[in-house]
Amino acid sequence: MKLIKALLPLLVLVSFSLAADEIDYVDTGVDPDTWITIPSGDFNFGQHNHVKTTVEFEIMATHVTNKQYANFLNEAIAQKAIYVKTDTVWGFHPGDPFDEYLHEFEIPAGDYPLVPINVPGLRLNYVDGKFSPKSGYGNHPMVEVSWFGANAYAQFYGYRLPLEIEWEKAARGTDVRPFPWGDHIERNRANFISSHNLFEKMFDDVVKTTPVGFYNGETHNGYKTLDNRSPYGLYDMGGNVKQWVGDDHKYVHYRYMRGGNYNSYELYLRVWVRDSAGPEHTSMSLGFRCAREPVVEVETSATDSVATE
Amino acid sequence: MKKFNELYHYFFQSTKGLILLAMTAISVITAVWGTLSGPMVEWGVRDVVVGILGMDLASVERSGRIIMLYHVIAMIVVAIEVYIMTSIIPMRKHQQSTINATITVGWITAMIFGLAFGYFGHNYFYHGLFLVGQSLIFFAGLLLTVALYPWRKDYLVTNNEYAHTKKGYDLERIAFFVMAASMLISAGFGAVTGSFWSNGHETFLAEDLIREPGKTALQKSIIGHLHIMLTLIAVAITLIVGRWMDWKGKLHKVGMPLMIIGTIVISGGVWSVVWTHMAHTFIYVGSVFVMLSALLLVIYAWAKLIRERIAEQGIENPTFFQKLAALLHDPIKFGPFWQMVFMNFTVSGVGIFMAVKLEQIFRVWPAREERVTLTGHWHILSAIVATIIIMYYVDIAGIKGKARKWFGWTLIIASDIAFAAVTIFSMKRLFVIEYYEQPLVNLTMLLTDFGLGAVLVITGALLVWRLIDLFKKDDPLWQKEANDPELDINPTAELTQAGRDRIKAQIESEGI
Repeated sequence: MKLIKALLPLLVLVSFSLAADEIDYVDTGVDPDTWITIPSGDFNFGQHNHVKTTVEFEIMATHVTNKQYANFLNEAIAQKAIYVKTDTVWGFHPGDPFDEYLHEFEIPAGDYPLVPINVPGLRLNYVDGKFSPKSGYGNHPMVEVSWFGANAYAQFYGYRLPLEIEWEKAARGTDVRPFPWGDHIERNRANFISSHNLFEKMFDDVVKTTPVGFYNGETHNGYKTLDNRSPYGLYDMGGNVKQWVGDDHKYVHYRYMRGGNYNSYELYLRVWVRDSAGPEHTSMSLGFRCAREPVVEVETSATDSVATE
Repeated sequence: MKKFNELYHYFFQSTKGLILLAMTAISVITAVWGTLSGPMVEWGVRDVVVGILGMDLASVERSGRIIMLYHVIAMIVVAIEVYIMTSIIPMRKHQQSTINATITVGWITAMIFGLAFGYFGHNYFYHGLFLVGQSLIFFAGLLLTVALYPWRKDYLVTNNEYAHTKKGYDLERIAFFVMAASMLISAGFGAVTGSFWSNGHETFLAEDLIREPGKTALQKSIIGHLHIMLTLIAVAITLIVGRWMDWKGKLHKVGMPLMIIGTIVISGGVWSVVWTHMAHTFIYVGSVFVMLSALLLVIYAWAKLIRERIAEQGIENPTFFQKLAALLHDPIKFGPFWQMVFMNFTVSGVGIFMAVKLEQIFRVWPAREERVTLTGHWHILSAIVATIIIMYYVDIAGIKGKARKWFGWTLIIASDIAFAAVTIFSMKRLFVIEYYEQPLVNLTMLLTDFGLGAVLVITGALLVWRLIDLFKKDDPLWQKEANDPELDINPTAELTQAGRDRIKAQIESEGI
């Protein structure tokens, strides 16, 4: 193991002579503030199509971006909702119920790491107490964020992380398709291991993520994409970076991640496939999107309007 | 027509021909189905193969397809081990031919219809015949277990150097018997659960359930089944190569009881996983016994190889390097035992390390990383068993000289490079963070593909050589093998007078 550890820096130096801190910005034309309503009703959950029911909710059309997350960090730090200490952003979590189950890992109430600041995969700058996205990464998905960090973002704005069942319905719709966009996968349909997307070509494999909404059927810098929206219109529900979902799993407290990432083989992009990790886990291939309760629009009748006037 | 009959006799009635047939089937399946995953997908090979063969690869059915595929391959591996056992363990001729015929029809039926069901449409006629094939294999296992029954006075140890009970019962035969009986019971754990398919039990891959806290009894049963079947296949090949080396003496006398106890404890432990959390403790204890036994075999085999080669060279006081050269002289006989040692670094060692570091690794690593490690380690164990079988076969086929050395060393080095690369890849999170992992991933994938590719190429070359031999007119090897169909026996026990009398009486009573 020592030999391997000794040789690795050499390998890294040889292969990573190109830094990727700044890249060209690619505008996909997709607004990351778009919310989509998922109607209530039955759908087919999991590989074996168990019929389950969800109530109506709203979910973001894309992953939360670096720009959105940087704004959150700045706002939340200003309001003292979270804080920076020892190269990490910290925030409070009320804890998970503990049942003393065999091998159960206790997560008591306390402060937990949201985002490690100095890891190389993070696409945010932290200068003079302010966070900002690295050049060109503003509309790439926020990564290197723990479940606590994803949850903190959602809570701060009055949102929540989608439950696993909600996530899958938003990805699959009401039929039995294996991929969010249909039955088959093509290389330019999603950012996965076989796609060799524009960014990997431009930056020698270092930049792996694609901007949110990249696979929208348009041509970006000469790269023709296919539309990968789910039946309800969500982008990247398969590929790009995995997404935290909100459920706490009794006895284990792992948090599930859905959707596969740029390093995934196609089988991991199928809508029912799960990955999991402890809530403190971060990765440069892991992000999230938020859900919220439907915004109720109060219809005002003509009589009311007259009365008001 | 005469040649056709001779070939039929060779391929379906001689042990050497049966092994060649089964190895060919596995090689063809591996070569074709290996194009459906990994880098072959990225290179577009899969799409071509799927198009040419007309495969139906619905994404939702992937788990089921894979289950069919590795059952097909595992059945053929089991058949090869059975062919070897019926040849090297003393038993009645009719028992050997009945067992071999049953398992041959079984694996061919399971192979054809298993693959047809999994990859070429869901005709339930195919599925039914797949089950018929598996049932025949189970029945052959039953016959084998009966044939191996060790507590009869027909086969007693007469040479005191072989492990035996006070009454002369052959402990090695008991070890084979225990392994075969355990395999039958373990197969039952899979079969019973399989019978609930679509009726309470749904298709799954065990590696996808690793972090589910509430596994059902049927799921636990399947997880136990797949672990113990592979373990018992490994136990069987260990016993087989032990007989190949004519294992005897003190190490045999210590090793055989260890193997018997270990096999029983591991099997019991794995079966108990359905009911108790203590299963792993039993499995660890049993594994210690089995691995100690295998270690004693390695010590015996290597000492023997050195001793015999030094004697052949006529060296009286060999130096360390002369002994080392003697050990490495024949890679085909050195290799199986080296692979057993190497397995400790790539399979057992990894497993123990993971178990010790459970909290540090599995709380931190994503399930996907853990999954890669788990699937990597049992793929390696399966592949190590395969390389041992190939080396054993090269010896059977009588390959000598430079071809033997080139083949042996290529097989050992290429496969071990691949296994080591897979191990490092699967545990990469210990050495490198995600951002810097790509060079390591690229290198280990390259080495894996190179190693496995080289193994496939030389195995293919071996089979092409045997194919060409079928058309040779002058003194073909297959005809020699047809005339001398059995393997070297090195019997631990011999047919006793009581056994002779019993056979004689039976023949007379049946009027044969």
